[in-house]
Amino acid sequence: MQSIPINTYDSPTAVLELIYKLKVKDVMTKDIHTSKPEATMGQIRTILKDNSITGLPVIENNQILGIVSMEDVLQAIDKGGSNAPVGQYMSKKLIVLEEDMPIFFAISYFGRYSYRRFPVINRANELVGIVTSRDITTKLLVEANHEIERLEKESEAPQDVYTGQVERWFKVQRYDFENAGFASTEIKKILKGRSINSQTARRIAITAYELEMNLVVHSNGGSIHFLMDDSRVLVQADDTGPGIENVEAALTEGYTTATEWIRSLGFGAGMGLPNVQRVSDEFSLTSEPSRGTHAKSIILLPHPEQKQTY
Amino acid sequence: MKVQEIQDCIAGEAKAQGDPAAEIQNAYTSDLLSDVMGNAPANSVLITVQGHKNTVAVANLVGMPAIILCNGRSVPQDMQESAEQEGIALYTTKFDQFTASYKIAQALGKI
Repeated sequence: MQSIPINTYDSPTAVLELIYKLKVKDVMTKDIHTSKPEATMGQIRTILKDNSITGLPVIENNQILGIVSMEDVLQAIDKGGSNAPVGQYMSKKLIVLEEDMPIFFAISYFGRYSYRRFPVINRANELVGIVTSRDITTKLLVEANHEIERLEKESEAPQDVYTGQVERWFKVQRYDFENAGFASTEIKKILKGRSINSQTARRIAITAYELEMNLVVHSNGGSIHFLMDDSRVLVQADDTGPGIENVEAALTEGYTTATEWIRSLGFGAGMGLPNVQRVSDEFSLTSEPSRGTHAKSIILLPHPEQKQTY
Repeated sequence: MKVQEIQDCIAGEAKAQGDPAAEIQNAYTSDLLSDVMGNAPANSVLITVQGHKNTVAVANLVGMPAIILCNGRSVPQDMQESAEQEGIALYTTKFDQFTASYKIAQALGKI
């Protein structure tokens, strides 16, 4: 695991989502100055000075050969090498980033290496941009700003505790038994706050817990979506893979693909999805191998009149 | 019976207090958490050898006020903390699940 200078365990999800969602290509500078290997160090000095930049990549046929920085220029001048070709002084030890990497990688690279810029390449190994820590900071600030604006608007919207809609998203990581049950426990708390009758609350808790555990045990990670209004509760689990080979079998009690280790923990007995199906008023499961699985459970809430007589 | 009576009944050791005055009406013996989730009655005590944090989560979700961990299994730190936090009583006993079950059944007047 690469380390990055923020705590990924309990940082606000909004921030974590940003550094995973934004790609290097979203933050990099695309309009960049480059140099050919035969340019002289004196010419490089002029380009750097005129454009107030501190380094530039050296390319030939769109392929990156090296990177030359102000430090290299100073060294060349020291040695009287103003007319020497760039190829002689540029740094050939290159660490490059790919444009599709999340900026999480870029941040960890800036922490790990002392370089101030990384060239960015595309899948064809062609240079497409340069990323500096300043690029990342600027973009993050802009995006964080949007996000805070959105959250502020959301929190201003009146949320009646007893009526209206409640919606929550929970991220669930693969094999994260440490936090397993967090989403369902939170959901149970919401239900308690609404004084849903205990029978119904229990059915919802079962659904939430089983779907959450399925994500922990079987998926590559995914999310639980909880949506409640006055008449019903939706609990939906979505993941991005690996998918279920045989959906019908997965709904058969006792059918399991869990490993010995998972079973020793008391899970993976092939009761999860059948449990969910049993307690749901509406249930659907769609899955494609090597794609994702989507399980959706709807539980109807008793009418208010029934609630009173309960 | 009340939660606080469980300890003597199974010669147990208390690892988390829970709510001593909570009423126990039934018991459920299982090591399969999905089975507990799907079938355990509310207000019952869970008799199990499944000694980890997720057991507490399940008990909490199903509304079980107490857990008995059998066969002298040790309680991991995070399980104990979780039980304290969720207000669920947690006992360990040297008895196996069968013995613990009939002791509790006797105390509940079921046999």
